[in-house]
Amino acid sequence: MSGERKMVERAEPRSYYGQPIIKEPVWTPEIPFYFFTGGLGGASAMLALLAESRGNEELARRAWLNALAGVGVSPALLISDLGRPERFLNMLRMFKVTSPMSVGSWLLAASGATTTVAAVSANTGLFPRAGRVAKIAAGVLGMPLSTYTAALVSNTSVPVWHGARWTLPFTFGASAAASAGAAASVTTRPKAAAPARRLAVGSALAEAISVELMKQQLGELGEPYAKGRAGAFRRVGAAALTTGAAVLGGPGRRSRGAAIAGGSLIMVGAMCARWSVFKAGFQSAADPKYTVGPQRARIDAGLARGAARATPQQANLDGRSEFSVAAPQRRGNVDRGGAGARAGEGRVSSS
Amino acid sequence: MPHTLIELEREAQQTYGDEAKPRMGFFTDTSICIGCKACEVACKEWNHVPEEIEGWTGHSYDHSIDLGANRWRHVAFIEQKKPLGVDAAAESLVEAAERANAVDGWGLDTYQDGDGMRWLMASDVCKHCTSAACLDVCPTGALFRTEFGTVVVQEDVCNGCGYCVPACPFGVLDKREPDGRVWKCTLCYDRLKDDLEPACAKACPTDSIQFGELDELRARAEERLGKMQAAGATEARLYGADPDDGVGGFGAFFLLLDEPEVYGLPPDPVVTTRDLGQVWTGALTAAAALGVGIAAAVFGGRKG
Repeated sequence: MSGERKMVERAEPRSYYGQPIIKEPVWTPEIPFYFFTGGLGGASAMLALLAESRGNEELARRAWLNALAGVGVSPALLISDLGRPERFLNMLRMFKVTSPMSVGSWLLAASGATTTVAAVSANTGLFPRAGRVAKIAAGVLGMPLSTYTAALVSNTSVPVWHGARWTLPFTFGASAAASAGAAASVTTRPKAAAPARRLAVGSALAEAISVELMKQQLGELGEPYAKGRAGAFRRVGAAALTTGAAVLGGPGRRSRGAAIAGGSLIMVGAMCARWSVFKAGFQSAADPKYTVGPQRARIDAGLARGAARATPQQANLDGRSEFSVAAPQRRGNVDRGGAGARAGEGRVSSS
Repeated sequence: MPHTLIELEREAQQTYGDEAKPRMGFFTDTSICIGCKACEVACKEWNHVPEEIEGWTGHSYDHSIDLGANRWRHVAFIEQKKPLGVDAAAESLVEAAERANAVDGWGLDTYQDGDGMRWLMASDVCKHCTSAACLDVCPTGALFRTEFGTVVVQEDVCNGCGYCVPACPFGVLDKREPDGRVWKCTLCYDRLKDDLEPACAKACPTDSIQFGELDELRARAEERLGKMQAAGATEARLYGADPDDGVGGFGAFFLLLDEPEVYGLPPDPVVTTRDLGQVWTGALTAAAALGVGIAAAVFGGRKG
């Protein structure tokens, strides 16, 4: 790039009066709640499907109801977030792989339909044949339903989200599994809920590990996770997950009350984890240093040319290109299309 | 998806056939901006963009802050204390004289000189990217590429999902309240259809905002840059003029006199969907891992 820049250490990236470069998201609180309910619903469907195949009917029936609750409330949350809720069907106007929101709308629609049939069939015995197909479909669809939301936020210009595109889906997946396990542990008798407990406790651990990996990967970009609301949600969530896992994995194995308490704490922790990610995105977008810093670093390291260029490309000028300073007599020529050519006098600001 | 310019042209042919037009755009030469804000006003007038009073910012003469749903042109004001003029840049008196001669001969008045202070003014606008993130992420198809190669929101389709807002690497789009939809510069699509230039370019008294066919604007910008460099304005640079940047080149590009971030512009913008493969690979791998994890929990322990 421009050669005039001195080799000085840049303490803080330059900015326009500290104004953000990118816009903060305009998403409402419904969105992090949806991340939670969609993940809970999707992972519950797979838990139900597999529990049934293992012969644990009681757990399967409860988990199907949890899946229905999670997947059922999700569209309402999403529609209520829209600026024009009455136009929600426009989401199904097309299918676009470049838009995880478009893919997710179709996923949620398919997941909602199949989960409804599966849950009704599992709990009433109605439509056994349709129920069998719907259960498999709902279980399988539940997996991408639980992780695509990470793709959705990663596919933006928000540095803390885009930079975490490899790790965030695992965090979201672990959160979803922890919520599904915890919800089933709350609604099922401890005797039948062993797989749900294992899932909840194991996923709570996986969540903690994946968040650490994410912060490592983000480096300085991950700063928002230690600050403000994002940091507060992170700390409260981690405490709730740890305590909940200890209660559910310990006394929760026998005591229904302890299972309900532990499971609820894990769900609170999973919810806080989603809120932490959500808020970190806003904080990351609001400070221009997170946008400019990495971009300037790329340019300085020679990994990118950037979008600015100070050297004229003479090839584009078809012969009218002699920029020797001694050539003002070519005035007749250079006036062609010259932007500032109308002004006859004055001096150029050079600096 | 990320485009090259050639792909974009082929796509335009496929979509619009005989109705495809040459790609139109803006060259905003900030070196001759006088900060009159006629562009902001003309844009609001023509496009019925609602008023939005931001109050006094204390940021020089900028009281509209940034681009958004209700500002499709925004004039930035930057005050810098700098040694100025031809003399400051020249190595010798002879060179200074030659440069002064060049400035007079070519008419390179930039209106931005002052007593030891320079005042940068720049009218920002939607970049109408070759590879546009807003267009890629829009789930409804409300955002589309016109026959002029510009990017426009269809107000009768947008449902206000807000995905384009954090997707844009420039922070151009925003949701209008209480309207609920997203709005941005249309490059005066309606005027273009009637062979008129956009309102901001029409109103600009110094031709800082130039409208035309993108190819022609780029050639004109190279010429301008060459002259400014030759006259000692070594800080002059084109921003967004090249098709090999992170968004495949801008449909509305700029001549700047300092680093882009000083004007509130990203120095190396990259369309988020350039990493789409990684984004989906991550999500699908995690989905598979989630399935494995649940299976391990169900089948891993004793039955029951």
